[in-house]
Amino acid sequence: MADVLDSYNQWLDGAWLTIQLTIFGGAVALVLALVFGLAGTSRHAWVRVLNRVYVEFFRGNATLVLLYWFFYALPLVGLRFTTMFAAILALGLNVGAYGAEVVRGSINAVPKAQFEATVALNFTPYQRMRRVLLPQGFALMLPPFGNLIIELMKGTAIVSLVGLVDLTRVSKNIQGSTGETVAAFTVVLVLYFVIAQVLQLFVRYAERRVDRMLGRRMPTEPSLGTIAAGAPGAGVGG
Amino acid sequence: MDWDWQYSGDILPDLLDGLRYTVIATLAGYVIALVLGLVWTLLRRTPSRVFNQAIRWITEFIRSTPLIPQLYFVFFVLPAWGITIGSLTAGIITLGIHYSTYTAEVYRAGIADVPKGQWEACTALNLPRSRVWLDVILPQAIRRVIPTLGNYLIAMFKDSPMLLAINVAELLFSAYQVGSKSLQFLEPITMVGLLFVVVSVISSILVRRLERRYATN
Repeated sequence: MADVLDSYNQWLDGAWLTIQLTIFGGAVALVLALVFGLAGTSRHAWVRVLNRVYVEFFRGNATLVLLYWFFYALPLVGLRFTTMFAAILALGLNVGAYGAEVVRGSINAVPKAQFEATVALNFTPYQRMRRVLLPQGFALMLPPFGNLIIELMKGTAIVSLVGLVDLTRVSKNIQGSTGETVAAFTVVLVLYFVIAQVLQLFVRYAERRVDRMLGRRMPTEPSLGTIAAGAPGAGVGG
Repeated sequence: MDWDWQYSGDILPDLLDGLRYTVIATLAGYVIALVLGLVWTLLRRTPSRVFNQAIRWITEFIRSTPLIPQLYFVFFVLPAWGITIGSLTAGIITLGIHYSTYTAEVYRAGIADVPKGQWEACTALNLPRSRVWLDVILPQAIRRVIPTLGNYLIAMFKDSPMLLAINVAELLFSAYQVGSKSLQFLEPITMVGLLFVVVSVISSILVRRLERRYATN
């Protein structure tokens, strides 16, 4: 155990890479989710098709397959990324597809009367989205987004398979160098758990803020609908 | 570089061989996940608060840590404790346990979703506990969660490539192997990707059908 903890420098570096991947991947995913999610609520059929194609392709694929594809296959046709960039892209594109479904579902779940009221008040489409639909949809999006960011953090472990030295890779290296199998893999699991719990705290805080902003109370335990929407394989109905 | 159709045809049998392991791991893991998930849920409903919280944190721990270190843990630590298992078995067990914490949450939500009146009716009819669960609550709860559970089958299928971390000869692993033999990675990995998309799209259509069929409202 002492040997394993002595190499805390490696652990910290690994944890830092995992956190970096989570943040950058999350940023890419958030942008893609908003862009393609809003495209899914468009009135024009061809814009909605864009949303479907993106969602079905990237949600339907395993992140690891995407990563291998960026890492091994695309360089052969002349597209070359750094490993870090390929990893962020694979994670972001994959989680962004789940996020897009969450955004689309949440916007559609805002009561129809709200939409009708904005039409009656002669809002422009931009005002409608910015002032009425998004703020209300946002409260619905947060719990599934919280699940997704934790899924994304867990997903970063795949980068250890293409040579990036994240927490998982560090645990493997330390297991190799010290031979302390049990300690190395216990420490790595605990570290991931701590990161996940910290993320969880942020998410809870954001949820409380948004609920207060809208003056509503969310149930303490997620309902079946929320779980279905945040499921990694989820097809949000409708 | 152009797409090599001849080569694609040649590697297809290898990929199908890998697909077999992927399917076996997914299905066997899914069975574990379905059963163990229900066990977690029911354990969380025991009268002891301490025990319930312990179960809650154990499942939370398994759920919020990634699959790959868990695979390492099962595959490398169990032999250190004197239990030797093959990589496929280790993969199936880990995948099953990992996803059982998700299905536990699904079952829990499904049970919470059963109208309160059903519980009250059970009390009014003085039904024994076993009949309350087996004949009233679980049939209604499970019916509600079937589509969501279906989603988790797809999710497990998509997470199965991670088993290559412990050298299970699954789909992506065999694609990588044939690719590294010929140094042509484009065809095998693209084919695997397309296969995943096709399977996922078809199965999400099936799940949507299940959703309509088991819709309760």
